Amino acid sequence: MQATIVEAVKDALHTEMAADDDVVVFGEDVAESGGVFRATDGLLEEFGEDRVVDTPLSEIAIVGAATGLAMYGYRPVAEIQFSGFLPPAFDQLVTNASRIRWRTRGALSAPMVVRMPYGAGVRALEHHSESMEGAYAHIPGLKVVAPSTPHDTKGLLLASIRDPDPVLFMEPKRIYRSFRDDVPEEDYEVPLGEAAVRREGSDLTVVSWGSMMPPTLDAADEADADVEVIDLRTISPMDTETVVESVKKTGRAVVVHEGPRSHGVGGDIVAHINDEALMYLEAPVERVTGFDTPVPLLSMEDYYFPHPPRILDAIEDALSV
Amino acid sequence: MSENEPTEHPANATVSAGEPRFLTQDDLSVDTHQVVAPDGSYDADEVPDLDDEQFQDLYRWMLTDRVFSKRMVNIQRRGELGTFGSTRGQEASIIGSAYTLQPDDWLYVGRAWTPMFMRGVPMKDMIMFWRGIEEGQQSFAEHNCQIAISIGSHLPLVAGLAWGMDLSGDDAIATAYLGDGATSTGAAHEAINFAGALEVPALFYCQNNQYAISLSAEEQTGANTLAQKALAYGMDAIRVDGQDVLAVYEAVNEARKRVRNGEPVFVESVTYRMDAHTTSDDPTRYRSDEEVDAWEDADPLERYREFLRAEGLWDDIDHDAIEAEIDAEFDAALEEANAFEERGVEEIFAHVYAELPPDLQRQSEEFSDLLERRPELYDYIEQRPKG
Repeated sequence: MQATIVEAVKDALHTEMAADDDVVVFGEDVAESGGVFRATDGLLEEFGEDRVVDTPLSEIAIVGAATGLAMYGYRPVAEIQFSGFLPPAFDQLVTNASRIRWRTRGALSAPMVVRMPYGAGVRALEHHSESMEGAYAHIPGLKVVAPSTPHDTKGLLLASIRDPDPVLFMEPKRIYRSFRDDVPEEDYEVPLGEAAVRREGSDLTVVSWGSMMPPTLDAADEADADVEVIDLRTISPMDTETVVESVKKTGRAVVVHEGPRSHGVGGDIVAHINDEALMYLEAPVERVTGFDTPVPLLSMEDYYFPHPPRILDAIEDALSV
Repeated sequence: MSENEPTEHPANATVSAGEPRFLTQDDLSVDTHQVVAPDGSYDADEVPDLDDEQFQDLYRWMLTDRVFSKRMVNIQRRGELGTFGSTRGQEASIIGSAYTLQPDDWLYVGRAWTPMFMRGVPMKDMIMFWRGIEEGQQSFAEHNCQIAISIGSHLPLVAGLAWGMDLSGDDAIATAYLGDGATSTGAAHEAINFAGALEVPALFYCQNNQYAISLSAEEQTGANTLAQKALAYGMDAIRVDGQDVLAVYEAVNEARKRVRNGEPVFVESVTYRMDAHTTSDDPTRYRSDEEVDAWEDADPLERYREFLRAEGLWDDIDHDAIEAEIDAEFDAALEEANAFEERGVEEIFAHVYAELPPDLQRQSEEFSDLLERRPELYDYIEQRPKG
């Protein structure tokens, strides 16, 4: 079927709830109204109020209770309505969800998914625009996933729900409905921790993920060079091998992400390239990122994204050396 | 202690044996304070002590609130705002409470915009706020007020502001407006307990408008009332009919006196959000027309008009003229907001720190340079100072 990213989320949830009675979906406004982006639409009607639950406005309890349900043997899929509202629950991710396996030497675990739309571009109010994957990927024991296509969204979400460890599933809301893609109706997984090469090339490697993939691919198409584009898909654990092998081939690299530049995932990717492919580099690795500022409110939020000309500028810089 | 002295249970002077007794919600009877009944009747002895001008003032502000919401929803539909949260149905709850506040008080709100106008914030700045222009909040701050978007996140700040007032010995209180949904957040519970423990001059004004987006107040908590939650934190509470502006005024006015003496108070105002959560929401998905119609019949302006008629004050109020004045004020504010010019990109980097760090300065300069070198970037960028 042809589906958008948000429809692929819904399809994955329907698929896994039908396949596994232990899957429970909950969060604010997910049941009766089907979610503010309609990602959980129809689940209540199909699977009933024991398994599809509207919760109080309590992010700490949503993430903490997901951890408890998972420890008790369920497969919770919790929704945080916007990623800007996750910070109160950061404590539950850091203190509990990510550490249960380690703390109990494997006697207990927290196989759970926290889904949340992230990123700017929907003209909402403050706290509706953040891309903080760098902060979340910094938590040992937590997996962080960010799909960029409808096909991957379904496969990665199914793999995340079945994963034995907690997964933060960051949905690129700016491209929730911006294009359709062929999404198989059957059950399939896209494995966590595996990047995808979206475009093969020999002159330069661009690494990105999530909502930054469409502008990255546009910039690669415009470049007067043979550009390889890697979609990381899972931020943590990271598929450094695919990145490093590509850079060994091309000798040049650009990393693109929406979140702030400093202390971010881009810096970590550059470090991996330096560790394993420094001698192959012909130019410094460029980073194209959001600024080290809060995302501007909606009247100026367009300025914040790495749009194709910014990415192209970095590509040309890296090629000019 | 000698063996002859009577022993006391360390936790409580009263102990009981036999079957343990459950403390239940039924142990608590929480009344809802009301002055004017839904049918417009009232006891003249119970009317708060306000003069005729103040009675008329309350009506004018309630009408301002209604007109402002209507106009904002209209311009949002024309594409001149990002989104907007209407306050229709909550006029008595909003105005009756805010009318008690003093200029030095601090006000941190969720879903209450007119109180800022009552404190001198120009309407233009509220329009700019909903257009996503940072200068809106700057103007609010100049009048000791702010809007909290992250639900419940402001309650600890209000406890801290109140603490500061206490330390400084200032004649002021800090007020947090919150909704039914916010009472489920951890931040709210920590803040209310904190304020109660430290005995700081904080007022927590909870507008229970029955919905947190789609979740009804009944589903939000197992508690019979929201007011009772404060008691567990050692804080006194009032539950008030939020459709009755005089009851709200009286309740919050009495609460403010106590708060001023270092006894924080929690007020639950029972009201109703007539419109959608924001212009992005479709409430027909989760509530019935019958329910909405029943609350439409409990319109706070209509109830107050009944009172004004009975008092002989209505004849002096030219409703149509006031409405025309408010509309004209909105028109002028919109024109002023529309005159707000596009800002330079350096504004994105301003105010993140008191002093711009060198790396951030570099990011700002590089971006300005890039915009000059690659003007095609503007194909992707639209600055929207006019919504």
